[in-house]
Amino acid sequence: MTVLQVVALAAVAAGGTLVVLVRDPVRQALVASMFGLALAILFFAFQAPDVAISQIVVATVAVPVMILLALTKLRDDEERER
Amino acid sequence: MTVLPYLVAGWLLVVGLWGAITSRHLVHQVVCLTVVQSSTYVLLLAVGYRSGGYAPIVSSSVPPSSPFVDPIVQALALTDVVVEATVVAVLLALTVQAHKRFGTADPDRLGELSG
Amino acid sequence: MRARPRAVLAVLALAGLAALIAWAAGGLTPFGTPSGPANGVVRTLVHERHAANTVNGVTYDLRGLDTLGEELILFVAALGSAVLLRHGRGEQVDERADEEHESASARTADVLRAAGTALVGPLVVLGVYVVVHGHLSPGGGFQGGVILAAGLLLVYAAGQVVALERVEPTALVEVADATGALAYVLVAVGGLVFAAAALENFLPFGTTGNLLSAGTIPVLSVAVGVEVTGAVALILTELLDQTLLRGGE
Repeated sequence: MTVLQVVALAAVAAGGTLVVLVRDPVRQALVASMFGLALAILFFAFQAPDVAISQIVVATVAVPVMILLALTKLRDDEERER
Repeated sequence: MTVLPYLVAGWLLVVGLWGAITSRHLVHQVVCLTVVQSSTYVLLLAVGYRSGGYAPIVSSSVPPSSPFVDPIVQALALTDVVVEATVVAVLLALTVQAHKRFGTADPDRLGELSG
Repeated sequence: MRARPRAVLAVLALAGLAALIAWAAGGLTPFGTPSGPANGVVRTLVHERHAANTVNGVTYDLRGLDTLGEELILFVAALGSAVLLRHGRGEQVDERADEEHESASARTADVLRAAGTALVGPLVVLGVYVVVHGHLSPGGGFQGGVILAAGLLLVYAAGQVVALERVEPTALVEVADATGALAYVLVAVGGLVFAAAALENFLPFGTTGNLLSAGTIPVLSVAVGVEVTGAVALILTELLDQTLLRGGE
């Protein structure tokens, strides 16, 4: 196992723990984006460029954007009810 | 050291499940589910990795007779990543509807306020 | 169950699960020595199908039925989130939407508007390149499709909501979504018609490394790219939904 793979695995384990420990959903969306990027680097270290490209565009762009949009709709619904 | 990737996959699974069980906000729960799904990616790619293998793209400098990592496992992981995005989308739509119906996004209090 | 006993029970159960996983990890093949037919699959794909990117070849040729199911998952997920989110609209959309989108384009920072507008063109070109060259270099339908959908999102983020409304994105993304799904199924049926087995690779194979090679693999890749663009853009516009869909209703 190369050093890059060991470091990437450690970063992924730490990132996963941080995503779960952050309780505020807005902050968690950004931490999840960083976690997705760490996973993509791990996939590059495992010689899987297709999966890494897919992981970058999905977990760094699409999923945090969907989370933030859903949170905006929740906040708008709360404001509309008042 | 040779079982480290499998242990990291197991750790991500356990941590994600713990976060989903003790969560107080539905959107937080959905993101913990993505952590659980990422443990399957790590496991799949770790099973298919060959030491000294090249990425499975054939070109003039990488002839087909070189050692390659397993492409089937990578195709499975690729499918997995796309399915994660769709599952998150549907779960977030359900969260928005649940919040509209119950007025709260706390999973513990979802059953109480009913109209 | 109340929160505190549930947390304690969760820690105990998850500790047991972690112990079982650690025990199972010792029984897997050691990291770095896979026991699958990897080299045989690569050689089959290169010598028979002339595909350079073997992951793409596995996705669209050897496991093409799996990809059809995955593409339909994306289609149904877009459909499901449209059904869930579209029903709740209709109340007070119009007069709020007018003042919303005027203030949105005035509120966006100039740097964001300039950079966003400048980057949309290269992003679309990159997405189309990744989709079309999927069988030659890392990429393919899924990756390129999400990049193209992110281009649509960049237009919204740059505050060009007025330009987006004039294009009426809802009809366009729905047509793209359905067209991609239909194209994939038609190629599958074409395999049944021309080669006596559904999803059989029936187009000429060409030489490895050319743009027109590997039979139906680039065709399916483009179909999936169109479908993924439509589905992801549809999901994103359903979640945005304040001003964009007013023109498309």
